This record gives sequence, C-alpha cells and structure tokens, in this order.
Amino acid sequence: MTGEVFGFWCISAVLVSSALAVVLTKNLFHAVLWLALALTGTAGVFLLLDAEFLAAVQLLLYAGGIVTVVVFAIVVTEKLVGERLSQTSRRIGGGAVASAALAWLIISSVMERPLATTRMPMDGDVTKAIGETVLTRFVLPFELLAVLMLAGLLSAVYFARPEE
Amino acid sequence: MGLQAYLTLAAIVFSIGLFGVVTRRNTISILLGVELMLNSVNINLVAFSRFSGDLSGMVFTVFTICITVVEAALGLAIVILLFRVRRTATADHLDLLKG
Repeated sequence: MTGEVFGFWCISAVLVSSALAVVLTKNLFHAVLWLALALTGTAGVFLLLDAEFLAAVQLLLYAGGIVTVVVFAIVVTEKLVGERLSQTSRRIGGGAVASAALAWLIISSVMERPLATTRMPMDGDVTKAIGETVLTRFVLPFELLAVLMLAGLLSAVYFARPEE
Repeated sequence: MGLQAYLTLAAIVFSIGLFGVVTRRNTISILLGVELMLNSVNINLVAFSRFSGDLSGMVFTVFTICITVVEAALGLAIVILLFRVRRTATADHLDLLKG
C-alpha cells in the first residue's frame, strides 16, 4: 500500500464522517465545527492531488472565512444557551432515499466509464502556472469575479444595514 | 488511486450535502449543506484537472471558491435580515410568498 492510497483512505474516512456529522448532529454550533473539519479534509484531498495552492486557499477562505461568518450568523439568530440551539430534521427517510439514489446514479455512471488511472506529468511550479493562466487566458472571468465580489459586498452591507 | 476513486468520494459528499439541504429545518443548516455540495464539486474539478494534466480545472476551482464565499456572505446576510423581520430562522416559518 503506497502512501497516496493510505492517505486517500484516511482523508476519505475523515471527510465522509465529518460530512455526515454536519447533516446529522443536533447542535447547530457543533455542525459548523464539523463543517470546518470537512473543509480541512477537502484541503487534504487537494494536497493529495498536488494542488498545494488550492489547499491553502481552501483553508484560508473556507475553513477560516466561511466558518467565522456562519458562527456570527448563529450568534445573531440563535440563543447560545438552552434548547433553542438544538434543531430537528424532517423527512429523513425521503431525504435519505433521494440522496442515496443520486449517489448510486453518479457512482454507477462513473464506474462504467473508462477513466484515467494514471496522472499526467505536471512539470514545473503548479502555483506559478495557475497564476499565469489566471492573468492571461482567464483574465476576463477574473475581472468579472472582482465585479461580482464588489456587488456581493455591497448587497451584503445593504441587506444587513441598521433599521431606520 | 485513479480518477474514479476521487469522483466517487465527491459524489458521496455531494449526496450527504443534498441530504442536509432536504432534511434540515434551520436556514443556516441548509446553507451548511449547500457548502458541502459546492465543496464536492471542487474535488471533481481538481481531480479532473490533475488527471488530464490541464490547469484550467484548478483555475476554475479558484473561481468557484470565490463565488462560494460571496454566496455564503449573501445567504447569511439574507438569513439575518429574515430573522430581523420575522424573528425566526426556521425555513418552515418563512412562508411569506405562500398563496
């Protein structure tokens, strides 16, 4: 068993179990902490795929940024003590059947395709190549993304403005 | 590990996120499920990019991560606004548009 296979199974176990904990745990605050673990596990998957830059971005933006914002939203909308923080689910059976059917559909169609089993060689610095590709071939989407983030920032401030 | 292993892992995480979106009552929990689903898509993009030797998938992963951050910020702003107006964060109580 090589190191990559061992790492893949370890990270898969962490990722799947923490994702299950996100959707099944009663305490909303614990669910956010499990989500942080799941996002960190995804960063580990990126590391296995030789994408160190994306793993760093994942940790900074997702596990750092989104989890903090979600914790703020929980503090604003829920009482942190008492049973208000606990939450219930509904239609667990139907949801389980629907998501299991979707998983079966995707996995069976993945399994019957002849997909690559070996990696193409990537020579040179991947981070440098990503930066060059962003600023040459994908420069228009990159600028549009800046406009989108500005619009998102402005509308978030507009939504959360103090009441008149 | 081949490409199929990574795609299978992403499919499982996507389905778990869908389960969360369908079954949760709290709007913030629904957003957490959406985050899981978007996250699994990123795994797919990076895996395809790595196994085909094309960097475009990794660049698009950077883009989707940025869009996800905007989506989370806006979604939570809407949740806070709804909580301020209706005093609840439960999706079942938000039926203002119901005919």
